[in-house]
Amino acid sequence: MNADRLLRDHRREHRLFAGRLGLALLGMGLLFTLLVWRYFDLQVLRHEDFVTRAERNRIHVRAIPPPRGLIFDRNGVLLADNRPGFILSIVIERAGNLDLLLAELQRLIALGDAELERFRQLAARRRPYESVPLRYNLTEEEQSILAVNEYRFEGLEISAQLVRHYPQGAMLAHVLGYMGRIDETELKAIDPDAYRGVYSIGKAGLERFYEAELLGKPGYEYAETNARGRVMRVIERTEPTAGRNLRLHLDLRLQQEAYAALAGERGAVVAIDVRDGGVLALASAPGFDPNPFVTGISSAAYRELTQSSDRPLFDRATRGQYPPGSTVKPLFALAALDSGVVTPTTRIYDPGFFRLENSSHRYRDWKRGGHGWVTVREGVVQSCDIFFYTVGTRMGIDRLYQIGTQFGLGVKTGIDLPNEAAGVMPSRDWKRAVRGVAWYPGDTVNTSIGQGFMTATPLQLAVAAMRIATRGEVRAPRLARTLGQSPVAAPLAIERIQLADSTWAAVIEAMRGVVEDRRGTARTALLAMGPLRYSLAGKTGTAQVVGIKQNERYDARRLAKEQLDHALFIAFAPVEAPRIAVAVIVENGEHGSSTAAPVARQVIDTYLGLAAQEPVGGT
Amino acid sequence: MSKRDFHHQLREPGAAVYGERSRWGRFQFDPLLGLLLVLLMGVGLVVLYSADDSGHAQLRRQAVYMAAGLVVMLATAQLSPRFLERWAWWPYGLAVLLLLAVDLIGSDAKGARRWLELGPLRFQPAELMKIALPLVASAYLAARPLPPRLRDVGVVLGILAVPLVLVVWQPDLGTAVLIAAGGGFVLFLAGLGVRYIVLAAAAALIAAPLMWLFVLHDYQKTRILTLLDPESDKLGAGWNIIQSTTAIGAGGWFGKGWMQGTQSQLDFLPEGHTDFIIAVLAEEFGFVAVLGLLGLYLLIILRGLAISLAAPSPFARLLAGSIVLTFFVYVFVNMGMVAGVLPVVGVPLPMVSYGGTSVITLSIGFGILMAIRSETGRRG
Repeated sequence: MNADRLLRDHRREHRLFAGRLGLALLGMGLLFTLLVWRYFDLQVLRHEDFVTRAERNRIHVRAIPPPRGLIFDRNGVLLADNRPGFILSIVIERAGNLDLLLAELQRLIALGDAELERFRQLAARRRPYESVPLRYNLTEEEQSILAVNEYRFEGLEISAQLVRHYPQGAMLAHVLGYMGRIDETELKAIDPDAYRGVYSIGKAGLERFYEAELLGKPGYEYAETNARGRVMRVIERTEPTAGRNLRLHLDLRLQQEAYAALAGERGAVVAIDVRDGGVLALASAPGFDPNPFVTGISSAAYRELTQSSDRPLFDRATRGQYPPGSTVKPLFALAALDSGVVTPTTRIYDPGFFRLENSSHRYRDWKRGGHGWVTVREGVVQSCDIFFYTVGTRMGIDRLYQIGTQFGLGVKTGIDLPNEAAGVMPSRDWKRAVRGVAWYPGDTVNTSIGQGFMTATPLQLAVAAMRIATRGEVRAPRLARTLGQSPVAAPLAIERIQLADSTWAAVIEAMRGVVEDRRGTARTALLAMGPLRYSLAGKTGTAQVVGIKQNERYDARRLAKEQLDHALFIAFAPVEAPRIAVAVIVENGEHGSSTAAPVARQVIDTYLGLAAQEPVGGT
Repeated sequence: MSKRDFHHQLREPGAAVYGERSRWGRFQFDPLLGLLLVLLMGVGLVVLYSADDSGHAQLRRQAVYMAAGLVVMLATAQLSPRFLERWAWWPYGLAVLLLLAVDLIGSDAKGARRWLELGPLRFQPAELMKIALPLVASAYLAARPLPPRLRDVGVVLGILAVPLVLVVWQPDLGTAVLIAAGGGFVLFLAGLGVRYIVLAAAAALIAAPLMWLFVLHDYQKTRILTLLDPESDKLGAGWNIIQSTTAIGAGGWFGKGWMQGTQSQLDFLPEGHTDFIIAVLAEEFGFVAVLGLLGLYLLIILRGLAISLAAPSPFARLLAGSIVLTFFVYVFVNMGMVAGVLPVVGVPLPMVSYGGTSVITLSIGFGILMAIRSETGRRG
């Protein structure tokens, strides 16, 4: 054994050890001081900061979405209401194996790929313990299935919220529009404070136009929550302010009548109260059920809607731009009388065709062999093309453009709906700008019977009819009657269409003749529905869908339904004291007289019939 | 074995002659240390009562662990330091074998293999190593003149390296730190030259970037980066530190009151009953209570240092000193990490955090201290 092992200096070793222990004690003292300083710094010096932080943690401001304003028809019938719906969401931190949970759920309720994709996107952006919505509107069946199985799944949450519902379904889809999830673009445009707790926004129709008024103001709840976001108790609550209710001019009974009258057809009906511009009916057929859009329509159902040849998502009433055809003849008759190119007694000979000077091109009349000698009244009553070719050419496009524009053609009506179309009232400037070529005399000929470049929406035609009925009052049509308690006025424009009384009278009488005269184009079809109990002024129109060649004849039997002419009719009644103006279009309905006019009469009959039933002036 | 015995009997002037009276004839216990530890356990139970979110199931279990800990401590206190010195290599060997077994067949928890399952018992061999390593290092060095020669230092480092590599492999950084500290303290107390300590510090500085590149797991790196800037990942890795410092800071001088801490009661504080329990104490009882707890720890450490200073043999001195200093490391690392000055490693607050394994390990350590104290007392 090594000698130095035996001869250990125990005292020296002990001194060494004691020294080291002292050193360690010093070190520990230093480190303890450091700890004490750190805790002192946190707990005493920065105490206030951390109290605030802890409070921010604890107190959560939870937005309470406001109930959206309801929409009623003029008689108080509910058109858009809020129903309780149920959201299924998952707190991922509590769910354990998420994939397993989703697979289990998949077996209970069908989950779409898009739904799962959206869920994963939201999940990636959540804060810890925040619940992530998976399904926005559980059906009652799904809800009961989940309720039975909920105990098996950790982290599953079912919560209630209000979901927009449209009890009238397809018939009002284009008027009311629909609600939908706020998308990325909308998210950037909206004021985030106004939309706290609100996840949907008006996407179309009135829902979109009156979004700000219908929305309301969110309320707040100051609640103590735990780290999982579960509310432990409510400390303070500010109630939300409900959105303002919207009451329409629209009469649901009239709307039903109009939509039913279009059943099986593609077309539109617009009915306006002549006295205040209130829209009584605004139907576009076919419609679509807006309810699936609220909670997120499946892509298959959406594809079916977009790919249908009937284009149900397209609002024909305000966005459909059709050649107005003969329905514009009353306007040009007014202009012709006003500008003096004809007097009420001037006669123009119709041999069945019209030829411009120095041209061999024949513009044919719809009636082979022509109407013979025609006055302005007969021109309107019998819808004589040659008469209007002649006066149109005499007046020139500038005058036609002026009168058309005065009656609202080529101009947006200013209705309270988003995205209405303006149509086209062609002019020299318009053609140069859009087509890049000069105006030809032939263009004037086409324009004078509402063909060629000219297009108008059914809404515009109804507005034109209203302006004739009121003898020149200019007023924008309005769907909304009152918003909350305050009326939504459609102000009367200061300027009105200035024409001589005799001029108005002559053309209005001629329009009455369309319905009443022996040779009136609408007489047969209208009177087939029984005798009229009121006076009606109207004008038929037929809009060519395909061009008919110079030497060809229009032969309905040889054309596919899609190539048949569109049928149009405008009307107002009663003639003496007009109350309602109507425009109807039936796509590929061939003749305004046979298909469109009966629809218009049905609507007017209903309206005046309803009005007669109701007590007037409170007696 | 006779030579060795002879050597031992000679080791200190005036050493009592052993064997006259049976060591088992009298119950070995240090009342002061015992009282301080029971106090500490009491504090632990009071805080756990508030932090427990399992309807007192954890509280009851912890009380059982503590009772078991006290029994184990008293049992250990009856052992003779000489017995420990003689058999020092056995627990070390066993612990190394078990660590190997863990790395090969252990069960996984949160991505780390730390546990051995023996029927109903779950057991962390690394805990055993916390006791076994100082034991074997002290025994080895005490058998040689001190300060240790370079060769002996090398041997001790080798003894240390084996379990360290195995534990880092699991990976369990917190335990590795405690094991390394235990071994390092033995060397330090044995009188390792100052230049070696400086050298080791320099080596550590050089090793740090290498560790970063080759040894540390991503989650461990994240914890270190998070320490530097908790706000960089508020809801992820930074969440724990932000919530724990918020809890501590919100406590103020006197705290919000027992069971009144919003951070812990509303579950913002993660691991409030285990590693982060000091935050619950700080939030509900305030800075004053933190000082009080630190005072309690300081008293325990001072008592331990006194025992080690008076210990009858170099082995007992080294072992006792190392146990006390490791205990300090527990306290410092835990309170430092919760307060956001050290990276988050899995080190519990000794005798306060919920968990049976650490209570048992610590109890064995204090039992050894008591055994050493008894030896001294008898001699004096």
